[in-house]
Amino acid sequence: MKSSSFKNPLLPYVLLIPTFLILVVFLFYPAFETFRLSLFKVHPYSGAERFAGFYNFKKIFTNPEYLSSFWRSLVFAVTVVIIGLMFSLFVAVLLNQKARGMKLYRSFLIWPYALSPAIAGALFNFLFNPANGLIGYFTGVRTWLTDSSTAMFIIIIAAVWKNLGYNIVFYLTALRNVPTSALEAAAIDGAGPVRRFFSITFTYLSPITFFLMVMNTTYAYFACFGLIDVLTEGGPAGSTQILIYQLYKDFFVHSKIGYAAAESLILFLLVVGITMLQFQTTEKKVHYQ
Amino acid sequence: MIQTRFQTIRLHTLLILAVLIICLPVILAIIISTQSEAQVLSYPPRLIPGSSTIDNYNKAWRTVNLGRLMFNSGVIAISVTIGKVILSLLSAFAFTHFEFKGKQFFFFLILVTLLLPVPVRIVALFDVVRGFGWIDSYAGLIIPFWASATGTFLFIQRFKTVPVELIDASRMDGCRPMQYFFRILLPLTKSTIGALCVIEFIYIWNQYLWPLMATNSDSMRVVQIGIKMLMNSESSNNWGVIMAGVVISMLPPLLLFFVLQDSFMKGFALQSEK
Repeated sequence: MKSSSFKNPLLPYVLLIPTFLILVVFLFYPAFETFRLSLFKVHPYSGAERFAGFYNFKKIFTNPEYLSSFWRSLVFAVTVVIIGLMFSLFVAVLLNQKARGMKLYRSFLIWPYALSPAIAGALFNFLFNPANGLIGYFTGVRTWLTDSSTAMFIIIIAAVWKNLGYNIVFYLTALRNVPTSALEAAAIDGAGPVRRFFSITFTYLSPITFFLMVMNTTYAYFACFGLIDVLTEGGPAGSTQILIYQLYKDFFVHSKIGYAAAESLILFLLVVGITMLQFQTTEKKVHYQ
Repeated sequence: MIQTRFQTIRLHTLLILAVLIICLPVILAIIISTQSEAQVLSYPPRLIPGSSTIDNYNKAWRTVNLGRLMFNSGVIAISVTIGKVILSLLSAFAFTHFEFKGKQFFFFLILVTLLLPVPVRIVALFDVVRGFGWIDSYAGLIIPFWASATGTFLFIQRFKTVPVELIDASRMDGCRPMQYFFRILLPLTKSTIGALCVIEFIYIWNQYLWPLMATNSDSMRVVQIGIKMLMNSESSNNWGVIMAGVVISMLPPLLLFFVLQDSFMKGFALQSEK
């Protein structure tokens, strides 16, 4: 940190008090308490607790509905990340060229950032609805959202679409930081534009790509709740029910408190895993400076 | 690098195509929001504005009391944003301008919060908020969100770029820490504050799961839930009214986004450096 700092024994703590008050009451304590409850059976009305060991976890991992939701979430997240990042990178590369009207293009490409997942859900619900959805009209298929083999596909498209603006902004910023000297040197060595992109630009983009992979994964796992609630409510026949929707139903609709707490703990472990993965990869592979 | 005419045309074609893919769902929503029920159902689909604009917007506004929901979302988003900006400015100031015992540990704790999004602690958070009697109240939708790792990191990045000479000079002048904070640091941080405001306002305005669980009366609902309420209350074919509601509810964050776009881009650049 800075060599030059203020000398004041008390003030820094005073400055941190408001933040830590909120953190302790609304983050650390609830997290700890949720993890504790995962080991208990809790009565839905009286709130009476009985220690149950790993009972909730055993129930979760023998529940076929949960297991299929687990894999479904994984497939969902991976697909959203891959399609979303590829398309966004492509658009960002276009935006990074020098031509007229780029600022205008930029505005019109990143503004869906300001839209909510619920709004994306409503828009795609209209586009694909069985009665008079436009996509149904143009493709001749009207069952996109009512067929359990295609509904997930629509959720993925909607989720990718909604997050394009966010991803494009980050890729565009990163592309602008790629040193032109490296690209020019490669050009002199006879590397064509495609090779230049993959051998140089792509290397420089790897830290931001890992960052976006993490952000998009958590987006797919958590923020897409609103999208799914508006678009399919997890249906048809549970085919779009991802873990967060499962958690919502178990906790809020069915009041299975201990069970839901255990689901939360599993989600937490997933977040930890993803974050560790990011730290590992960013430390080992992507050192270029 | 020199572009040929062909390359320029190709570039513009691809960009326009991308703009279409991204904008088309919303353009359609705006068109549909002007059509009457019969026009929405016409076959083949009618892709030009209809004759029911005022009726639709009026109906959307009244059916789910959209004015009230917009007001709620606004109060919540603004209060959370202000609280987050203040709290993270203060903690970033502590981390960058002071040496104190346990600094590493406190910083680590802030880092840990990134691992604790709402769903991970929702079961007990709901209990805590209920314990305070905050279910179905503004407090329950505002106060739990005041602490922000994103904001703290963003301001730490910004403060680190302020030249050390400034702090030395102001100390020589006998400037006290908080005077330095208000007179020198804050004015230099304006555009970062602007960026955080956009990011947080949009984030809170668009929240769905927590407001769904922490409110239960219609007068305390937020606009995102209003979209679902509108879809449930309208007959499933009356898309004109639903899309009118959608258009209304996306206006505030969009306006903010376009007005503060430049400082938002700068803030984003900082954010990815963490």
